[in-house]
Amino acid sequence: MAALIKGETGDWELVIGLEVHAQVVSEAKLFSSAATAFGAAPNSQVSLVDAAMPGMLPVINQECVRQAVKTGLGINAKINRLSVFDRKNYFYPDLPQGYQISQFLQPVVGEGVLTIVLPDGEKSIGIERLHLEQDAGKSLHDQHPRKSYIDLNRSGVALMEIVSRPDLRSAAEAAAYVRKLRSILRYLGTCDGNMQEGSLRCDANVSVRKPGAELGTRCEIKNLNSIRFMQMAINHEARRQIEVIEGGGKIDQQTRLYDANRDETRSMRSKEDAHDYRYFPDPDLLPLILTEDYIADIAAELPELPDAKQARFIAEYGLSEEDASQLVEERETAAYYETVAEGRDKKLAANWLLSELFGALNKVGKGLAESPVSAKFLGGLIALISDGTISGRIAKDVFAEMFEHGRDADSIVEAKGLRQVSDAGAITDLIEAVIAANQDKVVEFKSGKDKLFGFFVGQVMQQSQGKANPQLVNQVLREKLNA
Amino acid sequence: MSLDKATVSNIAHLARIKVDDDQLETMVGELNNILSWIEQLNEVDTEGVAPLASVTGHPLPLRADGIADGGYPERVLLNAPDRVADFYSVPKVVE
Amino acid sequence: MTDLLSLDLAAARDALRDGKISSLELTDAYLGAMEAASDLNCYITTTPDKARVMAAAADQRLAQGDALPLDGLPLGIKDLFCTEGILTTAGSHILDGFAPTYESTVTSQLWRDGAVMLGKLNMDEFAMGSANVNSYYGPVESPWKSRDGGNARLVPGGSSGGSASAVSARLALATTGTDTGGSIRQPGSFCGIVGMKPTYGRCSRWGIVAFSSSLDQAGPLTRTVRDAAIMLRSMAGHDPKDSTSANLPAPDFEAALTGDVRGMRIGVPKEYRIDGMPAEIEALWARGIEMMRDAGAEIVDISLPHTKYALPTYYIIAPAEASSNLARYDGVRYGLRVEGETLDDMYAKTRGEGFGAEVKRRVLIGAYVLSAGYYDAYYLKAQRVRALIKRDFDEAFGSVDAILTPTAPSDAFAIGENDDDPIKMYLNDVFTVPSSLAGLPAISVPVGLSGRGLPLGLQLIGKLFDEATVFRAAGVLETAAGFSVRPAGGQ
Ligand SMILES: [Mg+2]
Ligand SMILES: [Zn+2]
Repeated sequence: MAALIKGETGDWELVIGLEVHAQVVSEAKLFSSAATAFGAAPNSQVSLVDAAMPGMLPVINQECVRQAVKTGLGINAKINRLSVFDRKNYFYPDLPQGYQISQFLQPVVGEGVLTIVLPDGEKSIGIERLHLEQDAGKSLHDQHPRKSYIDLNRSGVALMEIVSRPDLRSAAEAAAYVRKLRSILRYLGTCDGNMQEGSLRCDANVSVRKPGAELGTRCEIKNLNSIRFMQMAINHEARRQIEVIEGGGKIDQQTRLYDANRDETRSMRSKEDAHDYRYFPDPDLLPLILTEDYIADIAAELPELPDAKQARFIAEYGLSEEDASQLVEERETAAYYETVAEGRDKKLAANWLLSELFGALNKVGKGLAESPVSAKFLGGLIALISDGTISGRIAKDVFAEMFEHGRDADSIVEAKGLRQVSDAGAITDLIEAVIAANQDKVVEFKSGKDKLFGFFVGQVMQQSQGKANPQLVNQVLREKLNA
Repeated sequence: MSLDKATVSNIAHLARIKVDDDQLETMVGELNNILSWIEQLNEVDTEGVAPLASVTGHPLPLRADGIADGGYPERVLLNAPDRVADFYSVPKVVE
Repeated sequence: MTDLLSLDLAAARDALRDGKISSLELTDAYLGAMEAASDLNCYITTTPDKARVMAAAADQRLAQGDALPLDGLPLGIKDLFCTEGILTTAGSHILDGFAPTYESTVTSQLWRDGAVMLGKLNMDEFAMGSANVNSYYGPVESPWKSRDGGNARLVPGGSSGGSASAVSARLALATTGTDTGGSIRQPGSFCGIVGMKPTYGRCSRWGIVAFSSSLDQAGPLTRTVRDAAIMLRSMAGHDPKDSTSANLPAPDFEAALTGDVRGMRIGVPKEYRIDGMPAEIEALWARGIEMMRDAGAEIVDISLPHTKYALPTYYIIAPAEASSNLARYDGVRYGLRVEGETLDDMYAKTRGEGFGAEVKRRVLIGAYVLSAGYYDAYYLKAQRVRALIKRDFDEAFGSVDAILTPTAPSDAFAIGENDDDPIKMYLNDVFTVPSSLAGLPAISVPVGLSGRGLPLGLQLIGKLFDEATVFRAAGVLETAAGFSVRPAGGQ
């Protein structure tokens, strides 16, 4: 499964573990009641607690705890009945308290597992833990030649840090892991997964080794905010490490930053400069105790997650694995699909959604959420196809009209008189007229030029403005021409 | 455990406290005195004793989610030694 | 004027309600006394204008007959409590010019109940100290003079030294203090007044500059036990903004002062008879035991075997928490900033100049005991010993209702004495620290004078949240002791 990397001294195996920071969906921050919304004016979503004013104290937001537990259940993880909030001490201007409240020895969520799908099959990725912690503020370094500016709006926003085991063996696996994790988070509604806004960020621990050898020294690449950059950074870092080792050097355990413009990683701080975080339990908080009932209540509310939904789509709807997997990746897509398919041809619904609608949306650069065609309307179109009211060809025209003007299929079909003509008499009349007008072609056909059959079908459809039932046209035409 | 000058200056850096060289020697002495006095704790048998987490044993209170604070940059920035627009300002951070 | 100042809190409360005096005249009397005794350096900031406005408002309420619990009573506030719009320093250079935009829960409850603020009281920097010589604003002097010390200026104890000295010198009717390892009780003992540290969690810590979060508690310093009960009722109560605040209503502590301790079991721990304890402290303690026995209490010998380890435990836990709590003083958002070439330079200079010697020592010790490789040996070990200390008390309280001990191992000493030896200074808190580590309520009551004519207090320790028993026993001890000596250096 592992994609080995060729080096001068032979093959190398890449070992990756990911730390994902996922912003918890909540109105207010983890330990203060200031807002969490993205994009507010500087320092406008900052409470006295977030600014670490003297004497300010943290009080935990129950929704953030609930979201963390929900996420833990969603990744099949052990929920710890007792967990502890610790202080991680370091100085940085966007860390007003001089410490981050995090969880170190006793996180709220313990070991779990996440299954990713790779071209050659499924793979289980171990999850070591999930803990709750505060986000830091934001430093702006590019506003002034000698100063950095600090905005504390993010300071104190709840994050879930989800740490994988070093089970990933390629950048592609890492990407599949993040996509899957993001999908689950979004299903659960515990993180919006928006990487551009920083709601989901990855740190990648990367090391290389000869296949089967002991783990190599790892470097941590911080703050990767897109899946593409993460893959580029991992691949770059792997090549760098192989070059260093093959050049007779040694890997220093470092924290590195990825520069997407130059496609390179560079050292942020090395081991000798490493932080000594002096973790200890936050004396302003008490241990967090969760009851079995509390956990069971949350478990009972869990939505159907992508793996289960995919299995159901395949088993009950007869969809292909590929279609099902595409449909379940986003919760919204799956929900849209189920509305379209409700009481209708499941496969037809899947085809129309995946090829026609997504094709059209792609062309105009829109997402499903902004689709001018609602799920109900698309379902209406599918119904008209299935019951023979319109043909598949006419349906494409109707769809284009729906996409353009946001109207429903029925009213377009009615207004434009696009109802399929299935009256044998009317169709026979049309066919006879076409035969009469093309006697030369009839002669050719009869002399063996079979291909001309298509020409006659085309003529009849054209005369009917596409409304003639194509099956009926075929049948009657064959009778007449062979008569 | 005994501290030397290098260790003390390391801790001072960790705590971001400037200690002048002429104070360092005194500081090393004082801290060592305190540490060796503290180390009488080694006499205590704490085998199997759970570290104390809370004296009152109350559970952690949880608050409801909802926006009820913030929205007052003026209060937040009022005491700032170096304010630029609505930001705190610090000597440039180089990473 | 002297008459006004001689009223204690309870008496002043009654006189105000009866319309015999006005809050404005009472407040003015205190403002005058404060000015006259400014040499003691009790106040860092005085707020006379605010005091008069608050007094006038109180007088109006009093005149209408709807008096609040503390209506019109002038109080001093330790400068560790954040007070809205008023300089709050924690006795430190590093909080230069800091005027909070918020009011601590405890002080806001005092104002809610009608009290009048006279000003902010001097203290050891960040509440670290036992002599109030560690303030950026200079040492506080006690109004007491030793009979044999010539005219030596004496310390009031610490860290609530300004709070204790001010009550003793009658520069406030009562004051707030905070106690982490003895910072209310030890200065109470040194200054011949009552100092009450309630159960951890009884008073909200919100808006109080943090020293050691698992130990800090606010409490009153007063002339009498009754005054302490009245003050604490207003200071206490559940605060949802402090996760460690107990979800319990503040009881009517005054009602606990029944004067009756018949059948109460008072424990006397043998481990408090420490080596080198002055005979007069020993004798005072014996007298206190007799007083309680005479009042009908049953005296029970108890053992608190880990007492000896309380101080070293404290000097790991408190500095560790402090090193983290004080990280926010970095020159970025408030207070002092000393500019530097780089960010780290700015941090180190700001904190190097902003913190005094004792604070630096403790921050460094704290950072060290938490650092990689030492955490288990120091911090975790200390938390385990702390658990044993608490267990000792739990077991003792199986057979007693309260515990009687000396408050401090000596009377007050001269300013400048003990300065060169941190550990000697730390030993001041040998009797107060164990109950702090266990979170228990404890009070110091003035009981007698040392050979040098300086006050000595005894301490009563109660069960968690059982301040009522502590007050009841303290009231009886106070009556029996009849301590009524006034400092020569006072008004
Ligand atoms: Mg991390
Ligand atoms: Zn993190």
